[in-house]
Amino acid sequence: MTRKGIWVSGMAMPLVIGILLLAVSSRITANAQPAAAPMEITIDNFSFGPQTASVPVGTTVTWINRDDIPHTSVSTESVFKSKVLDTDEKFSYTFTKAGTYPYYCTIHPKMTGKIVVQ
Amino acid sequence: MPDKKQDLIDQNLQDLNNDGVDRRGFLKCMAWAGTGLVWTMSGGVPVSRAFAKGYGKDAAKGGDFTFVQISDSHIGFNKPANPDVTATLQTAINKINAMPQKPDFIIHTGDLSQLSKPSEFDTLDQVLKGASAKQIHFVPGEHDMLSDNGEQFLQRYGKGTKGSGWYSFDQKGVHFVGLVNVANLKAGGMGSLGHEQLEWLEEDLKGRSASTPIVLFAHIPLWTIYPDWGWGTDDSEQALSYVKKFGSVTVLNGHIHQIMQKVEGKVSFHTAMSTAFPQPAPGTAPSAGPLKVPAEQLQQVLGITDVNYVVSGRSLAVVDSPLSS
Repeated sequence: MTRKGIWVSGMAMPLVIGILLLAVSSRITANAQPAAAPMEITIDNFSFGPQTASVPVGTTVTWINRDDIPHTSVSTESVFKSKVLDTDEKFSYTFTKAGTYPYYCTIHPKMTGKIVVQ
Repeated sequence: MPDKKQDLIDQNLQDLNNDGVDRRGFLKCMAWAGTGLVWTMSGGVPVSRAFAKGYGKDAAKGGDFTFVQISDSHIGFNKPANPDVTATLQTAINKINAMPQKPDFIIHTGDLSQLSKPSEFDTLDQVLKGASAKQIHFVPGEHDMLSDNGEQFLQRYGKGTKGSGWYSFDQKGVHFVGLVNVANLKAGGMGSLGHEQLEWLEEDLKGRSASTPIVLFAHIPLWTIYPDWGWGTDDSEQALSYVKKFGSVTVLNGHIHQIMQKVEGKVSFHTAMSTAFPQPAPGTAPSAGPLKVPAEQLQQVLGITDVNYVVSGRSLAVVDSPLSS
């Protein structure tokens, strides 16, 4: 085998893997297409913003704490429960069923919010 | 302190005493929070004077005992409002150790830690070990109950207590009750004591004579200061109905990181400064978040509270002093 031949086969292998990876990732993207755009809720100044968020079924909601004080985001009906979120920490939950989901901060219970899933 | 300022404080305090407990007097108290106040509670009538004048002399005369309240040390907090809360707690302990009359014990009214982390409790323990008073009584704040419903707090600081950490004890004729109003908080509500604890409290106080001085302490104020920020306890009224027969009731709280006081009948309410960072006066900021003050002013808005009990007068003198004094 010539040196040229070795070079060609050496390059071909990563190329094949690359094409395969591309095919797999495009399939993943295709499957995720029907999912709704993600929703972000900012915790700031001891409040959830927006306080009421309406989202389609399948939406992933992410809470992010922008306060200097820890907060939580906990469903009043025990549907979801974040860990304690310190400054800049996040919690996500994907809503797969339609309904109204009230939640609050268990540390500062005056902080309440609602996710309406349609 | 310059005489002029001292006179002004005296004048204000005189007005305050004449006023009783109205809003005007209340606000004046707040305005002078940073300078420290002494007030003696006697039969429900508060008598105030400035901290700098005379307190040392009276203390030397010798009440039966003194104890100190510290609060809201938030060990683990490291944001701009105070990047070194361990150092300011240490300053508070140094201040306690320098008191002319050694306190019998210390009460910590909660929020020992910022995130209930074992390392934060460890640091707190290290600093408190240096206190001259070896006996320390704790109640949890909401920051001490994160993640584990307060299990760790109970193991470390609540041995032998009931429920989520309530208990009572007696010291030289004064009955002390530590209450927990930060457990199982309900959405939309404020602090809460809960049915089980209220029943226990009623039972605990039932057999005691009306002349027994009572001290209740808990983290969140047991009187409604500002509901929008949750600064109150939903079922505190029921708790206070159990102390109605007593001639001297003192209620000590933390949580709001500033001094506020109020007298209602024979009950005097008092909130302590934090050893970590100040919080805004009710409604003066978008939220109750930490208040950033210039570094050189920080020690004026942090502090300790010491309480002097004089047997003959059946009175408790509550003294707030900032770390800077």
